[in-house]
Amino acid sequence: MRIDLFITCLNDALFPRTGEATARLLERLGHEVTFDENQTCCGQMHVNSGYRREALPLVRRFVDTFRDADVVVAPSGSCVGMVRDLYPRVAEWEGDHALLEDVRAVLPKVFELSEFLVRHLGVEDVGAYYPHRVTYHQTCHAMRVLRVGDAPLRLLSNVRGLNLVELPAVDQCCGFGGTFSVKNADTSTAMLADKVASVMSTGAEACTAGDNSCLMHIGGGLSRLRSGTRVVHLAEILASTEHEVYA
Amino acid sequence: MSTESEARLEILTRIARAGARADPSFRRAPVTPGARAREVVVEQFAEFAAEYRASVTRVDAADVARAVAELLARRGSVRVVVPSDLPDDLLGALPALRDEGLDTAALDRMQAVVTTCAVAVAETGTVVLDHGPGQGRRALTLVPDHHVCVIRESQVVDGVPEAVASLRGSVLAGRPLTWISGPSATSDIELSRVEGVHGPRVLDLVLVRDV
Amino acid sequence: MSAGGIRPARTFQKAAKVTLANAQMRRNLRHATTTIREKRLRAVAELPDWEALRGEGADLKDFAMANLGDLLLDLEAAVTSRGGQVHWARDAEEAREIVARIATSHGAREVIKVKSISTDEIELNAALERHGVHAVETDLAELIVQLAEDRPSHILVPAIHRNRAEIRDLFRRRLGAELLTDDPKALAEAARVYLRGKFLTTKVAVSGANFAVAESGTVCVVESEGNGRMCVTMPDVLVTVMGIEKVLPTWQDVAVFLRLLPRSSTAERMNPYTSFWSGVREGDGPREFHLVLLDGGRTEVLADEVGRQTLRCIRCSACLNVCPVYERAGGHAYGSVYPGPIGAILTPQLLHLEDANANTLPWASSLCGACYDACPVRIDIPEVLLYLRGRINEEKPLNAEAVAFRSAAWVMSEPHRFEGAIKLARTGQGPLVRDGAIHALPGLLGGWTDSRDLPAFPRQSFREWWRTRPAPTERPDDGNAGLGEGELLAPEREDTR
Repeated sequence: MRIDLFITCLNDALFPRTGEATARLLERLGHEVTFDENQTCCGQMHVNSGYRREALPLVRRFVDTFRDADVVVAPSGSCVGMVRDLYPRVAEWEGDHALLEDVRAVLPKVFELSEFLVRHLGVEDVGAYYPHRVTYHQTCHAMRVLRVGDAPLRLLSNVRGLNLVELPAVDQCCGFGGTFSVKNADTSTAMLADKVASVMSTGAEACTAGDNSCLMHIGGGLSRLRSGTRVVHLAEILASTEHEVYA
Repeated sequence: MSTESEARLEILTRIARAGARADPSFRRAPVTPGARAREVVVEQFAEFAAEYRASVTRVDAADVARAVAELLARRGSVRVVVPSDLPDDLLGALPALRDEGLDTAALDRMQAVVTTCAVAVAETGTVVLDHGPGQGRRALTLVPDHHVCVIRESQVVDGVPEAVASLRGSVLAGRPLTWISGPSATSDIELSRVEGVHGPRVLDLVLVRDV
Repeated sequence: MSAGGIRPARTFQKAAKVTLANAQMRRNLRHATTTIREKRLRAVAELPDWEALRGEGADLKDFAMANLGDLLLDLEAAVTSRGGQVHWARDAEEAREIVARIATSHGAREVIKVKSISTDEIELNAALERHGVHAVETDLAELIVQLAEDRPSHILVPAIHRNRAEIRDLFRRRLGAELLTDDPKALAEAARVYLRGKFLTTKVAVSGANFAVAESGTVCVVESEGNGRMCVTMPDVLVTVMGIEKVLPTWQDVAVFLRLLPRSSTAERMNPYTSFWSGVREGDGPREFHLVLLDGGRTEVLADEVGRQTLRCIRCSACLNVCPVYERAGGHAYGSVYPGPIGAILTPQLLHLEDANANTLPWASSLCGACYDACPVRIDIPEVLLYLRGRINEEKPLNAEAVAFRSAAWVMSEPHRFEGAIKLARTGQGPLVRDGAIHALPGLLGGWTDSRDLPAFPRQSFREWWRTRPAPTERPDDGNAGLGEGELLAPEREDTR
């Protein structure tokens, strides 16, 4: 299968390892992976901050970039959530009917990594090896917008050597919320403090999730506390083998 | 034009201008009677009512008066008031004051009230009074601290929609309704439920077997 | 006086800074909301098809909103034909004056009230005081708030921010109650003793309404303590203040909401008491009944295609109980009698999106979506939050934030600009980076680094790596290739997260 990567702007600029791991993982599973350099950002930050008109060109660019793709896979629950849940509404609210039609044509081809592997490919064991104590944070958009369910857990439970420990209050938001973390920094920090305490209570070496925005937030708190627990994107664990270590 | 009629006209105009349109495909879900066996439904009603701290006594029709008397005695309720049209066989020889428009102060001296009900709901353990025959006016079942309610098993319906449907006639006739699920309670302190505030603090249900 | 109203005195950010510092309140809230969350899940799971029921509730409310004018006229006709009187109020001021006029015309110096958020919304108590009428709150939590001269902080449980020990002390002080314990049972008993005489002797009562049925003129109050039954039964005169969105078309429609509401709010199968009445009834209950229909900004919400769904709300407060922002910041941070996620969309809309403080509320959310999942009438609160953010921004004069977002959009709209910006940031971050991370940023972004580190930009972006990576065909397909790809793992290319 030919898979177009939607790497997301955050991963592109700050977390290229996650992109590399995603590409490597999909290739290891026997697929052809391409990356169209015309892609930039899905516009989530703009729409979430109340600048949806400004986001329109970004929506248009996404749609044009992936118009001819067979499938598009992104290692980010919130970006895929943006595309699936909010693209149609943004086009509708702004009264751009041509865009709405194009959005509807592209939508069914766009997947978050873990849902693509488990639901679309039917793969739960990707042949990964990661000998560490790991806890999994369920990101809000993966859980409530994409409804990925236990797909990430199925993948993790098949990783050799991995000791999966349950995260208490796993359904609680980490407090990131894009500009929320800056605009309402005090409330966001109060939420983060609880999340970080939950992570630390597991004694895990690493906290993983399917979204680097949440991980950046949780990791920022763990790092500030010098907790010794690191954050690792799910793709990097799944791409790791005995011979190739991504995280 | 008075302010109020101006207000009325303006609100109605604003609503018309708001342009909300109904979805033409809108259909109400039909009320389907529960398919469960009577015994199961009645059993569940008794169980759920009890979970809300109502006592439930199940008796044959011949034993109703005795059960009512025992429940009153158990709580030491001596001054008992009943609706003027409460069937005699529910009380037997028990002395009770028939309500012919008692004033509030007199009603407040009453310790207990005995009534029937209109319908009972298994899904929620609820009894509903439509204040028709045997149920009295609303104050009667509100002011005394002890309410004994007699329910025939045939009055128990499975779900809330059936109960609502069965009450349609009463509502259209202008009767008030009181839905009662256990004794009065509050969750206002730390969201933990405490029974017994302003309404009757004791609710005893007498569930009468169908003949 | 229990202050109410919907106009926040300050921004959410400023208000939350204060409330977040109240550790006792946060403990109380956390205890209460975590308890009710679990209970709600059990209560909801008990019904065979909760999701279908949510859909029915949403559809019914939408249908009612689409026929609102006709339904209100039907309601008016039905209430009137059963001996009640219907009043129409465009705004809070008109509603207050109507209630005050009725109370004073009966010479009332005191009225009893059953908990009603619509009367808190219109700040009725203060208005009545100005007319020489004292309003006695009879709901336990409202009484606590009133005695403490506090503000309500929750829709269902306005005193949720207070724990039992605080309430015991308050009752000792204000009611002269001799309380030996802080057992909620004893506290409830103290309230019973205090209010009993008032119920039996006060001539005028004021209530809200949970629902009103257009076809029969039937008004409904859902409650637990019996204070609602007392207020709607014992006095001579009853005045009910109801938002116009509470009307339902037919009697049978009540069934859907009697199933949705108790399970969503107190997590019970059914609340202890629900009262229905239609106009006045000879020999039973008040001799005079007034129904005040309040617009108060609702028709404007109705006119907004996206915002309209807000009017489905049945005030169950499930969204508050699951909201992580509410749980930390507390109800007072929202500055309105409608706190939490529903308040964040309802309050600013009721104020026509013209109140600068209320307009900060749509940003008081991390968009986690828990509120939407819990809502029994499927109000897509995250959608409305985003939509309102957009509408509010559109009305703002050009500001630094808007310029920043426009610039970012301009950069992101072309890949070469995006790539240039990454390179620029990589160079520019130099002085800020220590141990691979950024610990302090200037300006608005300092809000992040006050409590969190930020990763530094790595030496190579993904697209730069993609251009230089070996073609997949040149690489063995099995895991043995790992060592050969050692260059991928070169330390200088490690993410700095």
